[in-house]
Amino acid sequence: MQALVDNNGITRYLVTIKINGDEYTRVVKANTLMVNFIRDELDLTGTKKGCELGDCGSCTVLMDGKPVNSCVVLAVEADGHEITTIEGLATNENLDKLQESFVDHAAVQCGYCTPGMIMSAKALLTKNPHPTEPEVREAIAGNLCRCTGYVNIVKAILAAANE
Amino acid sequence: MYLPDFEYHMPASIQEACALLAKSGPAAQVLAGGTDLLNKMKHGLVAPQILISLKQLEQLSGIEYVAGKGVVIGARVTHNAICNAKLLQDKYLSVCEAAHHMANNQIRNVGTIGGNIANAVPSADLPPILIALGASITLAGANGEREMALEDFFTGPGKTKIAPDEIITQIIIPDGSFTGSTYIKFGLRRSGALAVVGVAVAVEMDGNVCKKARIALGAVAPVPMRATQAEAAITGQTVSDDLLEAVGVCAAKECKPISDMRGSAEYRRDMVRVFTKRALRKAIDEGHV
Repeated sequence: MQALVDNNGITRYLVTIKINGDEYTRVVKANTLMVNFIRDELDLTGTKKGCELGDCGSCTVLMDGKPVNSCVVLAVEADGHEITTIEGLATNENLDKLQESFVDHAAVQCGYCTPGMIMSAKALLTKNPHPTEPEVREAIAGNLCRCTGYVNIVKAILAAANE
Repeated sequence: MYLPDFEYHMPASIQEACALLAKSGPAAQVLAGGTDLLNKMKHGLVAPQILISLKQLEQLSGIEYVAGKGVVIGARVTHNAICNAKLLQDKYLSVCEAAHHMANNQIRNVGTIGGNIANAVPSADLPPILIALGASITLAGANGEREMALEDFFTGPGKTKIAPDEIITQIIIPDGSFTGSTYIKFGLRRSGALAVVGVAVAVEMDGNVCKKARIALGAVAPVPMRATQAEAAITGQTVSDDLLEAVGVCAAKECKPISDMRGSAEYRRDMVRVFTKRALRKAIDEGHV
């Protein structure tokens, strides 16, 4: 990873991160959080910021296929890794089956937790295509829905799995 | 929330990391998963000027069995990697279970065993079960390596015996004669909660007689502590419900809990009694380490 020092003595780093299949090479400061890189640098604002402490799961993205809170990962630490955000799930005009299922089951209320919920669910279904309800609940235990709409969220994930 | 500025280093070897730490002194902090450190920095609780990332040190991310030594876990292994490791599931399922009950899935994919130990939070979930199993850690410094029993490592909340130029490189669970072990975490929620009380036990049974026991308690003292009087009360005894109750009472007497928002000292003390009893029963009955 190349370090660049500007005229004011501030060091920046050249990172290359593959996001939703595309490689992005950008110059970031060491203190740039992944979530800010995704939202501010790449304008992929589907990933939400909630608690910003790794408790609420709004900012969940997949890093090398595993769900992580992008608010506790530095962009420089993600150099060379592969990230999937909510924008990366739909193909062309077709929503992912999880997204369809969330719509069909009214699993979206205010919508703020939805991107994170879906990313956690996506990771679960990739690893375990036919989860039980307790497995679904455990997979989204790190995603808080303050509308408390968990029942329909669980239904939507189970339905997507059984399609 | 944004992070203050800091200098970032990504050393290519353990020696280089230790040399950097030695040179930088207290201005530097080691960055492993970052799930704890970065949050403390956001709140201004710590303000390191230099972060030394372990990202490139691939040798710290393995789990292997070394004959004559035991199971060696690299310090950068994440909690989920511990949960999913076949070697640990076969030999020390109780360690996988302890890792599985921490935080939430997203944090378990990032947070590391080395970080969990180095932070020295009294309620941390991995130290009690590792101490019960007699684990030690390897510390690498600018002038070489040293090994230390994990139970001797902690000196207070957030405080350990680590030297400013040292990093934890591995955790070693030695071959033992235990026939059963378990860790029971009592938290207020099933996910994303710190332990109110954590009880880890490892027992060696011969029929119904307990030949050896190690009991380690979390969240009820400034550091994860051995309940040595409780251990003495069960060693060499024939196990019965009455005995386990008495051992629980012993452990409750010797722990040193404080009152905080998660529970009062009195409540914690009584829960130590209950969960010591239950943990022993579980370790004895399930018969897996």
